[in-house]
Amino acid sequence: MEIKGVCIKYPDNNISTDLIFPGKYMAILEPEEMAKHAMEGLDPNFVEKAKGKEVVLVVGRNFGCGSSREQAVTALKHSGVKAILAESFARIYFRNAINEGIAAIEIPGITEKIDENDELIIELDRGIVRNLTKGTEIQFKPLPEFMLDIIRSGGLIEYVKKKISSGQ
Amino acid sequence: MMTMAEKILARASGKEKVEPGEIVEAKVDRVMSHDNAAFVARLFKKIGVDRVWDPERIIIVLDHRVPAPNEQAAMGHKIIREFVKEQGIKYFYDMKAGICHQVMVEKGHALPGNLIIGTDSHTTTYGALGVFSTGVGYTDMAAIWATGKTWLKVPETIKINVEGKLPPMVFSKDVILHIIGELTMDGATYKAVEFHGSTIRDMSIASRLVLSNMSMEMGAKVGLIPVDQKTEEYLKGRAKEEYTVLNPDEGCEYADVYEFNVENLEPQVACPHTVDNVKPISEVEGLPIDQAVLGSCTNGRYEDLEIAARILEKAMKEGKRIHRDVRMIVLPASWDIYLKAMENGLLKTFIKAGAVVANSGCGPCMGSHLGILAKGERAISSTNRNFRGRMGSKEAEVYLASPATVAASAVEGVITDPRKYLR
Repeated sequence: MEIKGVCIKYPDNNISTDLIFPGKYMAILEPEEMAKHAMEGLDPNFVEKAKGKEVVLVVGRNFGCGSSREQAVTALKHSGVKAILAESFARIYFRNAINEGIAAIEIPGITEKIDENDELIIELDRGIVRNLTKGTEIQFKPLPEFMLDIIRSGGLIEYVKKKISSGQ
Repeated sequence: MMTMAEKILARASGKEKVEPGEIVEAKVDRVMSHDNAAFVARLFKKIGVDRVWDPERIIIVLDHRVPAPNEQAAMGHKIIREFVKEQGIKYFYDMKAGICHQVMVEKGHALPGNLIIGTDSHTTTYGALGVFSTGVGYTDMAAIWATGKTWLKVPETIKINVEGKLPPMVFSKDVILHIIGELTMDGATYKAVEFHGSTIRDMSIASRLVLSNMSMEMGAKVGLIPVDQKTEEYLKGRAKEEYTVLNPDEGCEYADVYEFNVENLEPQVACPHTVDNVKPISEVEGLPIDQAVLGSCTNGRYEDLEIAARILEKAMKEGKRIHRDVRMIVLPASWDIYLKAMENGLLKTFIKAGAVVANSGCGPCMGSHLGILAKGERAISSTNRNFRGRMGSKEAEVYLASPATVAASAVEGVITDPRKYLR
């Protein structure tokens, strides 16, 4: 499975869910409405930057720390984010991203190897990020097979639905 | 030989033994959701099964936005109430019970040896009762509602040993802030923490809950405390069903062991904008504050209200009240605590001293309502997070401290060492 996208980069460490999706919007029920506030606490221009693009976020250490609020994933997903390459993730954020079908991949040193607006292709099964802009390749440890399955299915809901309907 | 986390996950996945790094499919004993159950309910419908796996094992507590501060929140609550009726969810606590984590503990849903998953990061709280409890998002929960199962990676366990008698006016909140300051906010990411030592053994259950609750703030998956006689006594008459204690095996392997001695610990304060930016109170004393928050799943229990009330009583005897430039907001963690605080005169003390006593709920902790900060304002708070924008404006500051430090600071109008009032 391949994901193609353009990089938007936030190299800061410890970007919390309070910044990705501020608590005051937590009562919003519709994903499209959530998306209007994606990254609002960190970069009010994010939504504009991501508009009409397939986005690969490149972020620092402990991305998505804090609250378990999955809106911080839903909002990004509905703003065009297809993959997140992080120095490291907070635990719950990592799960939530995979569960919503976003490729969440930890690659130590990634923030130094990719720049904003670089065109990227991520080969999930082989564990390679191809930086088309720089003509470089970055290797990573592929996700476990069942997580790749969840991503291929488009998220955990579709994955479980398939499993249940096939009697597993 | 297994750690507590390993033993509980082995039990939940029907295995003799599990090892760190292994991914298991585990049966959950109970699950908890709060206002975000509205999202879970909607996702559950998309899976295409008619009924939840077990309506007696899904607990829903409304606490984040109660009473509904706006139409969207009201709609979320409405979706939940309809789902509860449709599915026959047995334990539904509408806005009349308190903060989810306190309700889970107080009403005997959180039991030793259990695997409990919640759609809230501070689900780690029940670790203080020997429960493997951890947070997930709404998608994970929808799948659990359908199947009763989830996948979990068996975490490595780190042991934190705390020794020494706590000095006067130094509390479990100060201990955990100090530990987080040392280990940092991602120092325990993906790991299970086990708390040991004489300091922990001497603590009340309420104080222990603070440690497990805030284990999340160093990234931990779970913050466990071995079950002892105090735990068993607390659960007597409360436990909703029988349980099996799963304490660590002697000689089990820990990924790391950290030793702390707290005999000379000062009150601690976590400064903006991360929970690991911890300083002793002597380094931050004197900073003016606009708001003081006493409450939350971390520190809104009876003993927290009691120590704050004692400080306010002492201040009033000296002819003082809460500083005129400070808004103090008190949110008891549950209705039971609220009622006891009322019967014992604590609420009267708060009101006489000039505090606002709000209903039991999460309130301003994550910036929903009941005390949002404006640009340039500063709060001292007994809550658990001080991230930028957490309690309102991105340009506001939140300092985290114990209930005693919050109360003393509210009186003085500046961050104050509580030992100024009581020793």
